[in-house]
Amino acid sequence: MSSVSSKQGSRFGALGVYAVIYLAFIYIPVMFLPLFSFNDSIFIAFPLKGFTLEWYRQLANSEGMLDALYNSIKLGCVVSVLATLLGTFAAKAVTRYRIPGRGPVITFIMLPLVIPGIIMGIALLVIANMSGVGLSLFTIGLGHLMVSTPFAMLVMVSRLEGFDKNLEEASKDLGDNPWATFRRVTFPLALPGIVASLLLSFTISFDEFILAFFLAGTETTLPVYIWGQLRFPTQLPTVLALGACILMISFVVVTFAEWYRRRGVQLKTNSGV
Amino acid sequence: MTDHVAPAADVIAHIPRGPIARFRRALMRSEALSGYTMLSPTLLLLILVMALPIVLLVVFSFWTQNYTDIDKTFTLANHIKFFERSAYPYLLGKSVLISSSVTLITVLLAYPMAYFIAFRVTKHKLIWLILITVPFWTSYLLRVFAWKIILGYNGVINSGLIEIGLIAEPLAFLLYNPFAVVLTLAHAWAAFAILPIYVSLEKIDRSLLEAATDLGDGRLKRFIRITLPLSMPGLIAASMLVFIPTVGDYVTPNLVGGTSGTMIGNVIQSLFGRGNNWPFGAALSIITMITITAMICLFLWGTRSFRRRVA
Repeated sequence: MSSVSSKQGSRFGALGVYAVIYLAFIYIPVMFLPLFSFNDSIFIAFPLKGFTLEWYRQLANSEGMLDALYNSIKLGCVVSVLATLLGTFAAKAVTRYRIPGRGPVITFIMLPLVIPGIIMGIALLVIANMSGVGLSLFTIGLGHLMVSTPFAMLVMVSRLEGFDKNLEEASKDLGDNPWATFRRVTFPLALPGIVASLLLSFTISFDEFILAFFLAGTETTLPVYIWGQLRFPTQLPTVLALGACILMISFVVVTFAEWYRRRGVQLKTNSGV
Repeated sequence: MTDHVAPAADVIAHIPRGPIARFRRALMRSEALSGYTMLSPTLLLLILVMALPIVLLVVFSFWTQNYTDIDKTFTLANHIKFFERSAYPYLLGKSVLISSSVTLITVLLAYPMAYFIAFRVTKHKLIWLILITVPFWTSYLLRVFAWKIILGYNGVINSGLIEIGLIAEPLAFLLYNPFAVVLTLAHAWAAFAILPIYVSLEKIDRSLLEAATDLGDGRLKRFIRITLPLSMPGLIAASMLVFIPTVGDYVTPNLVGGTSGTMIGNVIQSLFGRGNNWPFGAALSIITMITITAMICLFLWGTRSFRRRVA
């Protein structure tokens, strides 16, 4: 370690500067949304004209937006609970049981992460159309469940791998039945993973656009509503206000989820993900 | 001694091994069984909502559309149409080119960042990890939209530059071209590239680096001979995570691409929307997927031969 760490001081500089610039590149473009959402002008341009909450007031009175918001929250809650349930069982199966075909099974479950969204969207649109299942929040929900389950499973796998299998065995040997073992050992240890998985699946569903765009019936979700509003230049400031709210909520929820999850993982293995 | 051992071995050989073996087999089987029981809801969901629709999409691409009716006779007409009109292969080629540029830029920019967090950050690693992970989860649509208002004719950059007196007229070339698409995608997918690279760097056994230094390797040589090859899995995963979804991206070219920045995703979408030719749209999607898979195989083959050469 000595030869590596001794150079640390001297080389932190250049790489450190790069890292800060990189973070600025990631964060600054997005910051323009909240900045202009408080600007007292219909045009999104410099110079800033002064502070206003008008766009937020208009937003709060927009019925279409509130409907879409309600749909998105409803969808996010259902999807996050189901995805976490499926992800937890799947994670437990691949971490605790010796099962034949483990590799291919994991690859199969992770496939939604690498299939382009547009292709998944039209494939689901085609099957919904042919099977006569009408487009609704239900069809969007199925799509969202498919994309969030792999994430839920990844979160749970890293959590379950982080704690000692022997703890469960010890509980079993001391005479606990499977339910008691689950309640007293497995669940408390898996809890940070479960909370993180719920929050992250909710965020995925809440922010997902492409699948919802293809699978939406008469009821839309918030991103689809935003997409519709982008066509009207006069609506842009309100969209900015909405975008700023969404970004802030996502930011807070995800930061908490990641902090809560990684804190537990890091104590054990000192490596994230 | 041998007299005693021989019968014993003989007896053991004749003990019906069935029960123990069968018990052990049953245990194994039950473990596999419980494992698959727990996996079954997820597998069932993915078979119904992922595998089946994709299979149906393939079937669909062999059908044709007569106005509003779907003609279910098997034909290659859609696939032939794709290759007959040069506009489609051209558009697919352009999409692959744009995605390749985005992948290259994203991975090159992400590597030093991941390296920094893995090797240089000691105290507040958690904060750095969270800082780069959070954008990964926030609205993709809004991250792309941000660039539209930044690059627009009356947008942030133009109005800002006019305001400080650097230019008199707005620069029209900022928005609605392939470069705007590449820039926006590179920004939107940045976080996806850092994590896999970081994980592979973090896994590297630090004693290998020490050994290389002790054996007289300089920093650069050590990086090329140890760090880079060992981080290859992360580099490969990052490239795939960025390349695959961006080829078919629809949001970015639609918002910032203009006519010259149109990609294959826009055409596929329009065939399912205004163009209303679902079977042809299905064929286009399948051809796109096959192209992506072929590119990935080529890429994996290329990196494998590279790794072999380094080793």
